[in-house]
Amino acid sequence: MSLIRKPLNRRSILRAGAMGGAALATPTIFTSGAWSAGYLNEPTGAEVVLGFNVPQTGAYADEGADELRAYQLAVKHLNGEGDGGLLNTFSSKELQGGVNGKKVAYVTGDTQTKSDAARASAKRMIEKDGAVMITGGSSSGVAIAVQSLCQEAGVIFMAGLTHSNDTTGKDKRKNGFRHFFNTEMSGAALAPVLKNNYGTDRKAYHLTADYTWGWSQEESIKKYTEGMGWETTAAVRTPLGAGDFSQYITPVLNSGADVLVLNHYGKDMVNSLTQAVQFGLRDKQVNGKDFVIIVPLYSRLMAQGAGENVKGIFGSTNWHWSLQDEGSKAFVKSFGQEYGFPPSQAAHTCYVQALLYADAAQRAGTFDPCAIAAALEGFEFDGMGNGPTLYRADDHQCFKDVLVVKGKENPTSQFDLLEVVEVTPRSQVEYPADMLGGELGTCNNGA
Amino acid sequence: MTSKTSPMRDWIFFVVFAIAVLTMPIWLAPIGAGYPDLLQKFMIYGLFATGFNLLFGLTGYLSFGHAAFLGVGSYSAVWTFKLLGMNPVPAAIVAVITSGIFALLIGYVSLRRSGIYFSILTLAFAQMSYNLAYSVLTPITNGETGLRVLRTDPRLFDSSNAVDGPLIANLFGIEMTGYAGFYFCAIVLLIAFFIAQRIFRSPFGIMLRAVKTNQNRMNYTGLNPRPYTLAAFVISGMYAGLAGALLCITDPLAGAERMQWTASGEVVLMTILGGAGTLLGPIFGAALIKYFENIFSAFNDQTLHEIFGFLPDFIEVPVVSVTSLFVGEGWHLTLGVLFMLIVIFLPGGLMEGFSRIGRLFKRSSGKSESRGAAAPAD
Repeated sequence: MSLIRKPLNRRSILRAGAMGGAALATPTIFTSGAWSAGYLNEPTGAEVVLGFNVPQTGAYADEGADELRAYQLAVKHLNGEGDGGLLNTFSSKELQGGVNGKKVAYVTGDTQTKSDAARASAKRMIEKDGAVMITGGSSSGVAIAVQSLCQEAGVIFMAGLTHSNDTTGKDKRKNGFRHFFNTEMSGAALAPVLKNNYGTDRKAYHLTADYTWGWSQEESIKKYTEGMGWETTAAVRTPLGAGDFSQYITPVLNSGADVLVLNHYGKDMVNSLTQAVQFGLRDKQVNGKDFVIIVPLYSRLMAQGAGENVKGIFGSTNWHWSLQDEGSKAFVKSFGQEYGFPPSQAAHTCYVQALLYADAAQRAGTFDPCAIAAALEGFEFDGMGNGPTLYRADDHQCFKDVLVVKGKENPTSQFDLLEVVEVTPRSQVEYPADMLGGELGTCNNGA
Repeated sequence: MTSKTSPMRDWIFFVVFAIAVLTMPIWLAPIGAGYPDLLQKFMIYGLFATGFNLLFGLTGYLSFGHAAFLGVGSYSAVWTFKLLGMNPVPAAIVAVITSGIFALLIGYVSLRRSGIYFSILTLAFAQMSYNLAYSVLTPITNGETGLRVLRTDPRLFDSSNAVDGPLIANLFGIEMTGYAGFYFCAIVLLIAFFIAQRIFRSPFGIMLRAVKTNQNRMNYTGLNPRPYTLAAFVISGMYAGLAGALLCITDPLAGAERMQWTASGEVVLMTILGGAGTLLGPIFGAALIKYFENIFSAFNDQTLHEIFGFLPDFIEVPVVSVTSLFVGEGWHLTLGVLFMLIVIFLPGGLMEGFSRIGRLFKRSSGKSESRGAAAPAD
């Protein structure tokens, strides 16, 4: 290389100059003001900034758009505008316009349903916009990635739509909280309904989205169905976003199975279910029984996508707009007034998470992540549409009733696609905190 | 070549560039880009595009599969973290070596063809790697969830107190996040940039340009271009691997989407947007795209109303509703329009724009010599 051939005098001066420049520039990072506060991004002005990190492009964009609508509505209600929504029915009455005397402001970002992009976007919110809390996500992979980022950075993460056991199981974090239910609860709630409808002598074939959520759901559904006597013929992993599932569906017919469990979500579920129905699976008789399909995690947005095909298919959901308790009615009313259609379960969980965070901050009297975490841990509340709910301290998972739903045979509108078959009480879906493994670790406030 | 080059001028150029890079946190702050994560991305993707440019800009071989090397570098870096410990130096070295080997294999096969066939071959290899990482090799790559460092990993050389610490890469106690991470990336970029500059000026670089200009003529003179192009391909792959490692050093997570074809396309865009075949162009292109991705995508109606708040309401509302199409989730649209404009009016990319502006000033000051101050590379 030329470095060796030439005399060294001029070069060494230049090199020393460059390195000196680097050395001079480095110390400024240690004197910057960001690290002198009591905790990371302590709000000093009249506003507190929350970060809404949702998928705006990609496969889960529909869910993301609905989540963002819910967050904007939540900010409105927190600042004392609009009709107040769930604040009127929420059992805690601490919030009275603003949080800790500050106006709530927000920044938004696009996760693109990719861990990388989601983390970059969350980092921007923390480093540039000074967000004290990040919330959102519509994929367990993304939620887990962002949750660990928030833990390392020292802000609170309020998970949005994430259903994998791992989010509050083996990947749980002290700074992360989840209101949404998980696959364990889905399994526990679905099993008795399936038993009543389809009996105890069934052979199940699983098609599973090949990532953390799919694995988790497959495991839970297997555990509960096998527990009541079902057999699992096969469990096939399919790549996320495959589009065409015909090559995975054809073997189902020859496997001798009489139940197909679709561990798919979003567009994947719409595609695989539609194709399974088109292949005539539901008209078949196997082992002297009608062939049935089960979609363990349902959402109204997916049902809308799959149309006719969802009729009579069982699944579970976190919340549904047709619930008749005061909280659900209040939320559907104010969401409907604002946007002209009923909210999805994704919107509901995100709205509730935003309110729960604000309430915890108000009760703690500060935005310090550790104080807020302490205020959320073991918090019992009601009036949010799911009945009495507990934020369990041991794993930061909410425990509440789970809905078992079925595709409606005679829908009355384009939103009225699911009917609630059973509200499984909270006691039936509870499990010991150490069952799913993982360590919460210690709280990090970024100071 | 219109510009004059001399070793002295190269040195001055390099020092000016180094100072500009190292003071980025100061002069990028007014446009909202002066925060560590974005600055790190500027450095990392600048490095990626610089490496890509060594292949595309010099030999003219358009690889559509460079994201594969970025991904291989990322996975090797995270595995080094998992097995050896959280020091970034071994991670970077391992990443460069594995991506180099990977590039050698792919390059050996792909370079048997040129032009569009070469592009398609590299694209096919990259998609294969992506699908392998996504669903076949999940024990190694952890599929869609992404590979992370866990507390239970062996991390052989980490001292006992580091074992309980946060799972962040640290260079002898300095955590590679925030500005420290930026300066680490910046220094790696400067070293890589220096090497790229040497390659541009070397006889090897001239041979590569000869491949681009007329490969037949090169064959007739009895020279076999394949070793040169393969060397360029491997070096370029190593740059990409190093960039992948830096992504994991600043944020220890490797996901399969890094290898997707969109990521390969992105680096092509960066290079062409900035100016293929120039030293600085790809870095500008990378910075521009990352700036759009991070800043424009974050604009929402609320921010737009703040920006246009000075207008009377009956003008403000339509202005906001039109511009909102181009920001937030519509940032791809803005980027597309910009890309079209640049390719149509400035085929040489941003660097051509700069040198045109430079020439304007030269002419007005009465000098005929055309030499863009920022573009002595080509």
